[in-house]
Amino acid sequence: MDYIGEQLLPGRIGQFLIILTFVSSLIATFSYFKAVRSTDENEKRGWVKLARISFIADAFAVFAIFGILFYLFYHHRYEYFYIYKNSSNSLEFKYIFSAIWSASEGSFLLWTVWHAVLGLILLKTAKKWEAPVMTVLSFAQLCLATMLLGLYFFDLKVGSSPFALFRHQMAELPLFTSPDYISRLRDGNDLSPLLQNYWMVIHPPILFLGFALTIVPFAYGIAGLWTRKFGDWIQPALPWALVCGGVLGLGIMMGGAWAYESLNFGGYWAWDPVENASLVPWMTLVAGIHTLLIYRHTGRSLRATHLFFIITYILVIYSTFLTRSGILGDTSVHSFADLGMNTQLLLFLLAFTLPSLLLYFLRRKQVPVIAKEEATSSREFWMFIGSLVLVLSAGFIIIATSLPVFNKLFGSGLTMGEDPVFAYNRVIIFVAIIIGLLTAVTQYLKYKETAMSFFRKRILWPLVISLAIAILILAFGNINYQLHGSGYLAAIWIAVVSSVFTVVANLSYIWIGVKGKLKLSGGSVAHFGFGLMLVGILISSSKKEVLSYNTSGIYVPLGQDSKEKPGENLTLVKGVPTRMGDYQVTYTEEKKHPGKSQWYYYLDFKNNNGKEEFYLRPNAFINYKGNKGLMANPDAKRYWDHDIFTYITSLPDPERNQDTSSFVTRHINKGDTAFYANGYYVLENIQSFDSIPVQGFNKGDKASVATIKVFSKNNKTYSSKPILVEASGGSFSNPDTVVTENLVFRLEKTEGDHIDLGVKESDTVMQYVTLKAYKFPFINVLWAGTLIMVIGFLISMLRRMETRKLKKAD
Amino acid sequence: MKKIHIAILVLIVGAIAVLISLLPTLSTYETVASAKEKQGKYVHLIAKLDKNEPVQYDAVNNPNYLSFVAIDSLGQTVKVVYNNAKPDNLEHSERLVLKGKMEADHFECKEILMKCPSKYTDDPKRVQESVNNNMQTN
Repeated sequence: MDYIGEQLLPGRIGQFLIILTFVSSLIATFSYFKAVRSTDENEKRGWVKLARISFIADAFAVFAIFGILFYLFYHHRYEYFYIYKNSSNSLEFKYIFSAIWSASEGSFLLWTVWHAVLGLILLKTAKKWEAPVMTVLSFAQLCLATMLLGLYFFDLKVGSSPFALFRHQMAELPLFTSPDYISRLRDGNDLSPLLQNYWMVIHPPILFLGFALTIVPFAYGIAGLWTRKFGDWIQPALPWALVCGGVLGLGIMMGGAWAYESLNFGGYWAWDPVENASLVPWMTLVAGIHTLLIYRHTGRSLRATHLFFIITYILVIYSTFLTRSGILGDTSVHSFADLGMNTQLLLFLLAFTLPSLLLYFLRRKQVPVIAKEEATSSREFWMFIGSLVLVLSAGFIIIATSLPVFNKLFGSGLTMGEDPVFAYNRVIIFVAIIIGLLTAVTQYLKYKETAMSFFRKRILWPLVISLAIAILILAFGNINYQLHGSGYLAAIWIAVVSSVFTVVANLSYIWIGVKGKLKLSGGSVAHFGFGLMLVGILISSSKKEVLSYNTSGIYVPLGQDSKEKPGENLTLVKGVPTRMGDYQVTYTEEKKHPGKSQWYYYLDFKNNNGKEEFYLRPNAFINYKGNKGLMANPDAKRYWDHDIFTYITSLPDPERNQDTSSFVTRHINKGDTAFYANGYYVLENIQSFDSIPVQGFNKGDKASVATIKVFSKNNKTYSSKPILVEASGGSFSNPDTVVTENLVFRLEKTEGDHIDLGVKESDTVMQYVTLKAYKFPFINVLWAGTLIMVIGFLISMLRRMETRKLKKAD
Repeated sequence: MKKIHIAILVLIVGAIAVLISLLPTLSTYETVASAKEKQGKYVHLIAKLDKNEPVQYDAVNNPNYLSFVAIDSLGQTVKVVYNNAKPDNLEHSERLVLKGKMEADHFECKEILMKCPSKYTDDPKRVQESVNNNMQTN
């Protein structure tokens, strides 16, 4: 059949370019390999020349593929399945980028684009290391190219191409029986609403740049083992490792920021397998950077450095395997679906794991070591301990994350227990204590040996200041996290002390150690940022408060639902102010996005101190593009020291709701009867209490409860108990609702047996939102710490690049 | 033996101890019948929503109470109580991982993980649905 209106040329060019990347990276790998092996200078030059041409061809093909994919998204070419699945006519321009890397094919493409960029830089700068380093990098490009092939060899599908046509992928659809199907395919299925967030425009490129960068120190390490130039490689590899640490760290934390802003677990980190999989290589990389520095200054730890960089890259590929094989299906909220490429992913993993480990263990004995034992007063001793702690904790995290893999291998059915977050936290808190202490102290030690008097003199003031600050925080910060017992609370306190020490000691070191020369203090700056991150994490997690505690807890003394502890969800009926922590919150209106089924809910927050009022607008996609139900995005009000954070958890069907009624006040006495649209009600009783176990209820406050019996026309009776609390800080009422009658009672005033009762009745279904709200203190300390740490990495990188140039000039 | 080797050994032993201490906290995947045998033990129950039974949830009265009936692949059912907001796409889920414990007559659920028909699945029927959807909306 001839189809009308298809644009096939871009796809064909794209597919050709994919094959070109495969062939050219194959040639590049082979030629670089030959170049390393050949002893004849002329021959070597010939191979390198061929390899360079191939690699440049590969790089440009990769860029062109990206360009074509962008073109197809921009012009909504839905004949391509990838475009259909991941975009729509209403998708904003900036989200075209998120759409490109939203699914597996595009994220492999992003990865290979970064490899190409890094490869081009290495071509220019690596000099004598070019051939072996680029062999490794070209081989990685080859593996990634196979991921995009989308070709069948006999029955085996190799890779998945973003240029596959819709009608080929889904040939059996009736749609494709008509030649002009294009004209009927007017809109795409759109990008998942969760990914329509600006963080998704910048987080994936940064994260994948970080992943891509891990190959450079790995490749240098392999090159060193391979060519037996042990140790030489660390000079050029160090700046790369540093920039990698900074970029990967930034990428991971941007993922946290995205989760915080658009996912609904109420936080930035949940120990989700996908998060763990990106954190773990960063930890081993940072360990590698530290052992590398040890080697540079003392000649020790070279073997460990090799091993740590190898492990880092293997972990990067392993996390690719975990997140894309579908194996995490039952444990992660955001892994990719199974693409049917598991064998291929496994081969990718093995193709790097086996040769690199084999090479390491074969050459290990030849790597030089220093036989003399290091002094315990030396910097390198404690740096090494710290690195090892990092690697071992990375091991713990990845093993716990890999439970689904063990289940698959051994047929077991184990999974994380009741509180998976605590299962990690209870271990990592001790890691944080140790790493915090080591990070604070170690810079004050000297390489090789430190005189104790010298050490004591320099660390005294930082130690005193830290203790003072930590004591102030613990005394007045009210860190009282009781969920896991006092042992855990004590651990949190110690961790606070330790991380404050990290912050202060590293900040002071910039003056004590390097006399305020910022250029030389990259390490201290990075450690200072890291310390701030620890402080931010500890305080924001242990002091996170639920604001939306359901005030149905107020019913406890009245005998209703007495068994139940207050839940974290609170329902706000439209127009009815409800108390939430320090605020009176009113759901005032909702607005729809002009282009899509996305609703914004306006919540008016009035501070009980009467000074402050603001709106939060959490939003939700409703029944969006066949995704049944609700996908909610939070909104937050940011202060320098805390965030007020809220998101929608449940909604009535918005289409049916047009409630415009408001409260009407009636003055009635005990025993009086009044009518409403569907029947009548009687004020049966008024009770007053002077103590109820509710937060904010103080001595001298008064709570009144009216008992109202409702008799509806259809012979049903209901009981309703609105509450009025008259507190010293002002009074607030807690309305009660008779749902089936759409009737809301609000107690406004009581005087003996006489009350003012607000009555609101609506003839349509009630409008309400159910939400959760949290207060996160000091989350900005975490974000600021992250940025400072990244800046520290970059300062170090620049410094190391400079010393490299100076050394060359000598 | 060098001090550094002792330190390495101590750390590795510590790491192994930590891993072993993780084991008793682990949970298991269960069916309705096997979960009922493990009263009070925290398990992951794999089941589906029984669509023949009503889902009880009233956000205005109590947004923190949801109750429904789950049915597993062997056809056995159990009442589930979840003291939290109703996940909005519960009715459209294909599969549920219910984390919690059996308590007498019902399964007290702490967390629900839903497997929804993903639009990324390459199931032609669903793609056709989405195509129809997109033809209507324009």
